[in-house]
Amino acid sequence: MFELIGVPPQALFGQVLLGLINGSFYAILSLGLAVIFGLLNVINFAHGAQYMMGAFVAWMGLNYLGLNYWAALLLAPLVVGAVGIAMERLLLKRIVHVDHLYGLLLTFGLALIIQGLFRNQYGSSGLPYQIPPELRGGQNLGFMFLPYYRGWVVVASLVVCVATWFMIEKTKLGAYLRAATENPTLTQAFGINVPLLVTLTYGFGVALAAFAGVLAAPIYSVNPNMGADLIIVVFAVVVIGGMGSIMGAIVTGFSLGLVEGLTKVFYPEASATVIFIIMVLVLLVKPAGLFGRPA
Amino acid sequence: MADIASDETSGIPVAKTDRSADQLHRNVLIGLALLLAIAPFVAYPVFVMKVLCFALFALAFNLLLGYGGLLSFGHAAYFGMASYVSAYTAKNWGLTPEFAILSGTAIAAALGLVFGALAIRRQGIYFTMITLALAQMLFFFCLQTPRFTGGEDGIQAVPRGRLFGLIDLADDRALYWLVAAIFMAGLLAMYRIIHSPFGEVCKAIRDNEPRAISLGYRVNRYKLTVFVLSAALAGLAGATKAIVFQLASLTDVHWSMSGEVVLMTLVGGLGTVFGPIAGALVIVAMQNYLASLGAWVTVVQGVVFVICVLAFREGIVGVVAKAIKKPL
Repeated sequence: MFELIGVPPQALFGQVLLGLINGSFYAILSLGLAVIFGLLNVINFAHGAQYMMGAFVAWMGLNYLGLNYWAALLLAPLVVGAVGIAMERLLLKRIVHVDHLYGLLLTFGLALIIQGLFRNQYGSSGLPYQIPPELRGGQNLGFMFLPYYRGWVVVASLVVCVATWFMIEKTKLGAYLRAATENPTLTQAFGINVPLLVTLTYGFGVALAAFAGVLAAPIYSVNPNMGADLIIVVFAVVVIGGMGSIMGAIVTGFSLGLVEGLTKVFYPEASATVIFIIMVLVLLVKPAGLFGRPA
Repeated sequence: MADIASDETSGIPVAKTDRSADQLHRNVLIGLALLLAIAPFVAYPVFVMKVLCFALFALAFNLLLGYGGLLSFGHAAYFGMASYVSAYTAKNWGLTPEFAILSGTAIAAALGLVFGALAIRRQGIYFTMITLALAQMLFFFCLQTPRFTGGEDGIQAVPRGRLFGLIDLADDRALYWLVAAIFMAGLLAMYRIIHSPFGEVCKAIRDNEPRAISLGYRVNRYKLTVFVLSAALAGLAGATKAIVFQLASLTDVHWSMSGEVVLMTLVGGLGTVFGPIAGALVIVAMQNYLASLGAWVTVVQGVVFVICVLAFREGIVGVVAKAIKKPL
């Protein structure tokens, strides 16, 4: 077996793939954060908790109701999205008139509640979730072994990201959304139901997080804390990419995942911090973010 | 940034300086000093010391948010780093407690200078996310350098030592007076800062940054200075805490600690001078009484967060201030 820059290709491409998977979660989550922030002016701190809820809904569906992975992939975003809609209607709506830092504090409190409740119920050691039978096994590509499930996660995430981009940039609904992001009052004056749009947008962003959670369930164990640390990394991703551009969020998410995967191969000690270090560098060189518009 | 500091009807309540209120503030300060003098005789000194350390931490956080208009979600970094440095120097270098605390504070200030310089390059919500991300980076650094931090175990059995090489601090009462003195010094320093010309400029920047720039103030220099001061005070609190509990651990640098100090300030009253003290007392007492509930403490904290944001944005001291129609 040949070696590449002193690293066996199996290990290298394995980590690259894992990096792409993490990258796809970064992309989906930062996409959701950006869409929510655009319209609600709230940084949704509960995003990590909602991602975790997606994984748990999948686990509960399987263990309590016998729903398989594919049903969960469809149902979990709907269920968690509905919970998100309830949160927006009952809680977030009440603070639209105050400083948007309060939105961050409110969603942080919600994240604490959700994570605490799941920890009380299920402990913090994590629950296993089987890979669906259709995607077990893998293919030897010669230079690496490709587990089907991992390939599926990357493809599914890409499809969801591109579909979201298409919906926001190319459809009429997306045009309404962009108009309301730019100027909600004027959009409302044109007869578009902005409050409904806000609620649906929050629900959609939350559903995206839940979708990522279901994708993650068979790779990482289903754990109440799985979203807590992830969301901080996603914040760094958002700072690096800037929240101005949908495509920017997707590209930044995938590339940072890739960089993190490569760091795991070549300098594993820095793999936990590399994204933060990149954030520092970006702040020094291009403070507005790679895809951000200068303030 | 102008939208962060906002008017009284919508935004974070902000303290206003009012000459007629100075007398009241002086009385409150004297009252606090008297309370501190009798506290160890009526309450368990270790509990009071814990409250004082966290109150100082919350005061430091509030200096940045209430007077600089900057919401940091990474203040655990300065608190925790100072705690580690203080514990490490006291235990491994045998520094006397006053020097251990000073070195912890100095490192926190230096860290604040670096992190602050980075974070103030962005505004508003980005500033908050950057501080959180930088603090998380420091958390991983602490996790991965067990030679310095003791890893998961932390630095245990830190000697309290002898103050100035003379006074044995193993006695809780003796240590209490040191902690009370540090707290009072920190409070007075903060009070002085916010009432100085420097503090007035900070408030002007908080209220209207473009206007402050047009008046010729170097806004970033002021923001960075208030950030470093806040980090140093947070460090002072963390360094003292390490000596009191003879322990520095990963809990001190974890993001949940950053969340806790936000909660204390929120409960006590954002942007009030004395609010963080009341908030720290309430939250530390709550944690003590609810300790038996285990993981439910997180849920309760979350609920308090939600209730405060929805219905109690003024906080305890903010409500009192409103009732007596004077800023506190």
